[in-house]
Amino acid sequence: MKIRLRITWEIILLILIVLVFLVSSFFSPYFLDIVNLLDNTTNFMEKGLISLAMTYIIISGNIDISVASNMGMTSAFMGVLHRMGTNIWICALVGLIIATLGGYLNGYLIVRFRLPAIAVTLGTYALYRGIAYILLQDTAVGIESESFMYLGQGYIAGTPVPFSLVLYVIFAIIFGFVLHKTTFGRYVYSIGNNEQACKFSGIPVEKIKIVLFTIAGFMSGLGAILLTSRLSSIRPDIGSGLELEVIATVVLGGVSILGGSGNMIGVVLSLFLIGFLTYSLNLLNIPSQVITIIMGSLLVGTVVISNLLEQRRARAVK
Amino acid sequence: MAKMGSINGLREKSYDIAKLREIGIIFPLFLFGLIIALRNPYFISWENLRYIFLDASILTIVAIGEMMVILTGGIDLSVGSNLALTGMTVSMIYRDFHNFPVILAPLIGILIGGVCGAINGLFVAKGKVIPIIATLSTMYIFRGIVYIISGGRWVNAHEMPEGYKLLTRVEILGIPILVIYALIVFLFFYYLLNYKAIGRSIYAVGNNPQSAIYIGINKVKVLFLVYLISGILAGLSGVLYTSRFASAESSAAIGFELSAISAVVIGGVKTTGGSGKIGGVVLGALLLTMIVNGLNVMKISPFYKLALQGLMFLIAVIVDSLIAERYYKGRRRRV
Repeated sequence: MKIRLRITWEIILLILIVLVFLVSSFFSPYFLDIVNLLDNTTNFMEKGLISLAMTYIIISGNIDISVASNMGMTSAFMGVLHRMGTNIWICALVGLIIATLGGYLNGYLIVRFRLPAIAVTLGTYALYRGIAYILLQDTAVGIESESFMYLGQGYIAGTPVPFSLVLYVIFAIIFGFVLHKTTFGRYVYSIGNNEQACKFSGIPVEKIKIVLFTIAGFMSGLGAILLTSRLSSIRPDIGSGLELEVIATVVLGGVSILGGSGNMIGVVLSLFLIGFLTYSLNLLNIPSQVITIIMGSLLVGTVVISNLLEQRRARAVK
Repeated sequence: MAKMGSINGLREKSYDIAKLREIGIIFPLFLFGLIIALRNPYFISWENLRYIFLDASILTIVAIGEMMVILTGGIDLSVGSNLALTGMTVSMIYRDFHNFPVILAPLIGILIGGVCGAINGLFVAKGKVIPIIATLSTMYIFRGIVYIISGGRWVNAHEMPEGYKLLTRVEILGIPILVIYALIVFLFFYYLLNYKAIGRSIYAVGNNPQSAIYIGINKVKVLFLVYLISGILAGLSGVLYTSRFASAESSAAIGFELSAISAVVIGGVKTTGGSGKIGGVVLGALLLTMIVNGLNVMKISPFYKLALQGLMFLIAVIVDSLIAERYYKGRRRRV
């Protein structure tokens, strides 16, 4: 009896992570240092948090390109409130509410006016970033609160484990559980596979869509809080371009951009793959523009390759 | 016979809506113009109107390319980066070779922009990558390349040959040549979209890709072509842009894709493809430019521009959706 090893997307990702580790530690003596590696994860935790929500949205066959702008709007509101002398924690709470409302607005417009998610979130992509610019103009707001900075920069007492990493892991477990083990999660998959059939079988498609975009808004708000805490300064262009990285993370994680398939483990793995790859490229003094080019190529390359694999599989079935 | 009647009725109805949609742009165009002119009469001065038309010209050219893509149900987010890449490359060529014939500049722009567009086209048509992913990626890739080839440096006005700057500064019969470029592009694509088989195929692919294939349209070819056109027009605009502002910088035209897409959508092109008129797109570009110009004239902070653009974009898609809803309701009742 032959043992058949199924090469899944997750195994490929794992192999790639190992490759990144091997190659990077070969080229840079600073890479393979557990404290550095853990510390570096703080750089992409806000991306990770948003990618969890984006996974749901892409599996349901939608897309949200307003997440980074929503972050910018949220941060700008926090900055303006903080400048007026409000306690930073109250600012954060207000920011979280505003981000959630921003996400809800996306979902509401998509459902109420039967619009494609691309159209609505492209509009709010401009609108939310525009609001950030109106609020802050060309100024920046600094934050000097030790306790607030702990969120993005602090460590769990006595260990080199960053707080934001723990936060991400907790959320990843919750999101993974809900996606894979609950009815709600199955609904998300079935909406991505065939929205029309879902409507006919009585699944509350519209409600679920609104919930998904609202969650994405909430996670953008959380990401904004982590990011402002990490940078301890707020500018209107904060986090711009992050939507590309978030979508790239999800797609590289094996989630089909057409919806209906993919899983959370892949997305978590791809977050760390991209994160460590970026870290290693930084150590090797590769300019950030080149890293952007690599990220863009990675995104489009992944989709092309998975499309080709899909075609081959379809042909084999025939 | 009854069937024929209903089809004709349908066509008449959709024609009405399309006409209504264009009035829906012209009305706010005049309303905005009136409000701003009442606050500051300089707005409708000859000098300022000339500025508006000049600014709208480049946007119109890019928006027409974007329109082709949106008509097929796609989107091209890379036009701003393409514009910057082409503008930078061509400016650097003319900075280093002053004696290069200026007349070739638009052609080089078309060539480089066309290559960028062809890359998008290959990804979407051949690689079956959904347009937003393909062009979001190339938007960042092209922008990254601009930074690399320029090393972050600008090409300044004094480094450009005079002829290159004249490319957009000449007037023919009192009409600025930039407006004439836009007019030529408009007329060419008006003819292509309305009177040529390939133009109708673009609409067909956006309307119903499956039936387009059944009636023998080569969908792969049409898709490739629209991204190629979008790239070519963005490339041409890159040359005009750097010539007009007499400088090329790495961060030029960031967010220009949003303006182009907004102009297209405000102009009444359906975001899911298949319908929309090129005249509407020109009006959409004009309306957008006028509002930005109006903000300047009324001395309102330019920071309002982006939010306003997003808001108008949303209003346009919502209004279109409401019109369509009413239209389908009316049709259902008749049946």
